[in-house]
Amino acid sequence: MNVGRTPARAPYVRKVYWNEPVMGWWERAYLFEILRGLAITGGVFLRNMGKWVTGRKGALTTYYPEETRADFGRHNRGKHVLTLRPDGRPQCVACNMCATVCPAKVIEIEAAFDPDDPAHPKYPSRFEIDYSRCVFCGLCVEACPEDAIRMDKTVPDLPSPDRLRMWLGHEELMTWKPSSDVAKPYGPKHG
Amino acid sequence: MMQDLVVYAVYIGYAIGVLMTFGLILTWVERKQAAIMSDRIGANRAYLRIPFTQVKLVWWGLFHGMADGLKMLLKEDFKPKTYDWYAYMVAPWVVFTPVLLVFAVIPFGGTLVPGQLVPALAEWFGDREYPMQIARLDAGLLMVFAFGGVSVIGAMLAGWSSSNKFSLLGALRAGSQMISYELVLALTLLGLILIYGTVDLDEIVRQQSGRIAGLPAWGIFLQPFAATLFLAAAIAENKRIPFDLPEAESELISGYFTEYSAMKMGLFMFAEFIEIAIIAALFTTLFLGGYNLPYMHDGGFSLPFGVEIALGHTAVVITQIVVFLGKVFLLCSFQILIRWSLPRFRYDQVLKFAWKFMFPLALANLIVTVLFVWAMTP
Repeated sequence: MNVGRTPARAPYVRKVYWNEPVMGWWERAYLFEILRGLAITGGVFLRNMGKWVTGRKGALTTYYPEETRADFGRHNRGKHVLTLRPDGRPQCVACNMCATVCPAKVIEIEAAFDPDDPAHPKYPSRFEIDYSRCVFCGLCVEACPEDAIRMDKTVPDLPSPDRLRMWLGHEELMTWKPSSDVAKPYGPKHG
Repeated sequence: MMQDLVVYAVYIGYAIGVLMTFGLILTWVERKQAAIMSDRIGANRAYLRIPFTQVKLVWWGLFHGMADGLKMLLKEDFKPKTYDWYAYMVAPWVVFTPVLLVFAVIPFGGTLVPGQLVPALAEWFGDREYPMQIARLDAGLLMVFAFGGVSVIGAMLAGWSSSNKFSLLGALRAGSQMISYELVLALTLLGLILIYGTVDLDEIVRQQSGRIAGLPAWGIFLQPFAATLFLAAAIAENKRIPFDLPEAESELISGYFTEYSAMKMGLFMFAEFIEIAIIAALFTTLFLGGYNLPYMHDGGFSLPFGVEIALGHTAVVITQIVVFLGKVFLLCSFQILIRWSLPRFRYDQVLKFAWKFMFPLALANLIVTVLFVWAMTP
């Protein structure tokens, strides 16, 4: 019995792959291939530098957020937008459904009473979104019964050293222009 | 006497200014060049806002170097619990100082006659002449090797005194690698010393302003083999990719200076970047005709076919300084190109490359040169 003894092992043979790289003397001399590599990278450098110097863009990078790529998602869920009635007041009726469905609990709405508009007496006097916590899921848009909140494809440009500055109130959110929306054109103010 | 003091104070100020500027600019050049080589944009967001206005100076991200320096100055200076506190503190300076000192013997221009350059001071200076070099030493090249050898001590001290296994491994690698390549470095230059018959760097440059068979008598045409080997060995001395084994970040965090932070770590980095400029300056001086344009000497140009163009003293001095800086900058850029093109060696490959490839080649080059010089000597 050879308990506790390592059994004799076959000597290690390295597997030879079918696509094993074969180096000739040219590759083994190392210097020539290095020069070839330097010529490639140097060529790329000169090409891109030539573009930069002549006022073109010599990079594949997109300046974000200054530039957006052609294939930027058309339905990207970005900054929230509060839609407006033709009279310029928010369509929101302060029902709190978006705030309830929000998984990140970022929406805060304070309802108020408006005696001048008997059709929509309830309106939000305060509508704030905390973008430091928003997960951009779009559930608020789904939940809204009044089509009062939508999401724009642009992203809120809010990086800030202070998280309290990442709140947007309804002043910033009410940027939707009814006249420019082909999906829901409102006529001039009626009745 | 007073005049000498003024001139050399100006030289020293110039040298320190140039080296610091190169060190600062090269951090940015390295990032930007790497970006452009790989179809990216690179550092471009740091800006300097003019106070009380909204005018932001971006300048292609040139202020990133300043931002980096400021960051290193303001960072916490972390101190590890080490038994050899003194060595730990001294190591960055042992790396940094010799790098600066090497520049003292490198000529960055021809002969300066301050009396002709500044007519207002002509009376005070008389017709004194100064070589544009901080220290004109007969043993200039030996000085370079002496100081080049000191910085390995700094790297080893840093690794040894950090009480960190990664640092120690990095220091071991730095030691074996730098000592091996130091040998190759010296051996490649022996052939050049044989041809020029001197180790005085200014004399070497002067000999290169002649011409051989129509070509400028540059070292790179006399010793092309040695030039290639010298550049490779010098990059290995500087511990940069493809020879950055001592600080291979994927293996050793950052090697022998893992335990250094803030400006102490900045000194190591700064020393590395200044050494790029120093290597470029040495290569320029030894192989690329130094501060002179092809066929140029202190009096002007003497082109092939007997065309002579005389230049005034001011024009010559300015041309020489600009040409030297231009050559150094191009070589720095070439080193950065190498750094971003080649993959890192394995550790055994680095030492094999030194001892089994470069060392025999340097020896063969030396023997051929010896035979050639012996045959040519009447």
